[in-house]
Amino acid sequence: MALVTALKRLAHVRFGHYSLRTATAASGSYRTVQRSLTIGTQPLRSDNKVTVHFFNRDGEKITVKGPPGDSLLDVVINEDLDFDGFGACEGTLACSTCHLVFDEEVYKKLGPITDEEMDMLDLAYGLTDTSRLGCQICLTKSLEGMEVRVPESVADIRQSKDGSS
Amino acid sequence: MSCHKLLLSELKLWSSGGSSWISRLRCGGRGKAFSSSSQNVHISIVGGGPAGFYTAQNLIKARQDVEVDIYERLPVPFGLVRFGVAPDHPEVKNVINTFTQTAKHSRCNFYGNVNVGKDVSIEELQQAYHAVILSYGAEGNRSMGVPGEDLAGVYSAKDFVGWYNGQPTCQELSPDLSCETAVILGQGNVALDVARILLSPLDVLKKTDITQPALEALAESHVRRVLIVGRRGPMQIACTIKEIREMVNLPGTRPEMIAADYEGVTEALKDVPRPRKRLTELMLKTAMETPGEKEQERRNNASCSWGFRFFRSPVEVLADTNRNRTAGIRLAVNKLEGSGEAARAALTGEVEDVSCGLVISSIGYKSLPIDPSVPFDFRKAIVPNSMGRVQQAAGIYCSGWVKTGPTGVIATTMNNSFDTARSLVEDIDSGVLDISAGKPGSQSISTLLEKRGVKPVTFSDWEKIDNVEMKRGEASGKPREKILTVEEMLRVART
Repeated sequence: MALVTALKRLAHVRFGHYSLRTATAASGSYRTVQRSLTIGTQPLRSDNKVTVHFFNRDGEKITVKGPPGDSLLDVVINEDLDFDGFGACEGTLACSTCHLVFDEEVYKKLGPITDEEMDMLDLAYGLTDTSRLGCQICLTKSLEGMEVRVPESVADIRQSKDGSS
Repeated sequence: MSCHKLLLSELKLWSSGGSSWISRLRCGGRGKAFSSSSQNVHISIVGGGPAGFYTAQNLIKARQDVEVDIYERLPVPFGLVRFGVAPDHPEVKNVINTFTQTAKHSRCNFYGNVNVGKDVSIEELQQAYHAVILSYGAEGNRSMGVPGEDLAGVYSAKDFVGWYNGQPTCQELSPDLSCETAVILGQGNVALDVARILLSPLDVLKKTDITQPALEALAESHVRRVLIVGRRGPMQIACTIKEIREMVNLPGTRPEMIAADYEGVTEALKDVPRPRKRLTELMLKTAMETPGEKEQERRNNASCSWGFRFFRSPVEVLADTNRNRTAGIRLAVNKLEGSGEAARAALTGEVEDVSCGLVISSIGYKSLPIDPSVPFDFRKAIVPNSMGRVQQAAGIYCSGWVKTGPTGVIATTMNNSFDTARSLVEDIDSGVLDISAGKPGSQSISTLLEKRGVKPVTFSDWEKIDNVEMKRGEASGKPREKILTVEEMLRVART
């Protein structure tokens, strides 16, 4: 499933209009892999899925479901949630754009955090004590109904200091 | 043709997913030729790096009537993602996938091989477009301004990075790596990238898209020790923690720190924000803690070393007896005045000489003015702006490093580019930016360029270059083998 998601992500687009050529280019040699995996894993019963309530940057609540094992970044991509710039490095722990904020009780259930994730989180805008990267959080049944906030991207402090005198 | 078949299979493949994919595919197939309209808001972006692409992405999404043309001096897109991001950081380069989607959008066009300021002026762009966005980055570098910096063996990090990353203008560099000790001045992420590339095992590098000449030169390199020098202390270091951790874990190397540099640091850590705290703790641990048995063994077996040297400023690059090559560097010993991020380095009057055959100055990139008609703040080396609106220049905006100065990671540039796009859209909505008159956009610029004998490289031309590079890379087990000259890029683009 993770690979399917990664492939979808390759061709994922955040615009209203989508160019067919993009899909062509993005598929390339992955096509065969795509097919077998798609057939193998697709019919997931919805009753297995975990419900997640996202709050976007405008505070709007968006409720979606995702299969256990998918990361929150996978869910955002698969459900086509429109969070600007989310997941720029495509889940490879090389940026902090899938930064999410959790309630404290949920945060405690999320499992251990690696140094590498902390390193990236340290570069996130609006870091909190209950921040995690969406690409590192996998859905489990115990997270059913959790609320997740997409932090507002605030302008870099450097900007007001240097850029707008 | 085969293309259609492929698309049909795509549709089938995704149809079981039940997402909004299908509707997207249905509405998206329109060619670019149908989308252009004189009623559209025409916007030109100068510079095809991350700032340009992120600004374009946000504009296209914000308004359905916006059409964006990105002009890039080189035949190839993506700016510092291609020429700046270290070859052993391929994950960061994943942003290219999103940029590619932007470039292929029906309301976006890429024109490479067009040097704005030379082939076409800013004023000409202003006549053809409702707005011009400057996203051309920071192509210059700050010089140390010390005697001896023109000696053989002294390089700017910008050129050194450009050399191993295939920037066409840096290919003549052929740095001399025959010495044992290299000194890097500056402690930002670029400095750490250079240190890491100098000391990385060849087996790691040869699986990256580092250029072949650089790989061959590094294979012959005698550099075994890299000192990374900063004028202030550990609490002011400019790099991010990921880059330090990579150094700490770099195979075949051991850290060589000076314990005295960390005096008082533990106490000072109590009140600093988490990112600075964790970063400093990692340095403290590396410098002060007795390593475990396994780590000690690793360090003992290491043939190379690296270390930070704090509280030092360059005074002079010292020449060998023949007066033509770098033999060392004289550093002034500093003390800190004040504390925290705002602390200043003040001279103590003491100096210290370090023997080295290679000096790389990594004290910052610098934006350069593009055109006398555009305001430029020479002191800060940025285009003066308020939230991306260039001051005293209606219709001109800026994003990326030319807006903020050369700092921050990719997410910083993304956010500041989104901010500029939002400013521009606000100005359209409020009427500050007049879009009532129709503008010709790329049509008139294409005519001008043709008259001047300039042939732009389109995004599909770039894809030919891309394919050739990937194919060449495949042959040698690399993700790509970059083409190193503009001439060859153009030749491949036009086949």
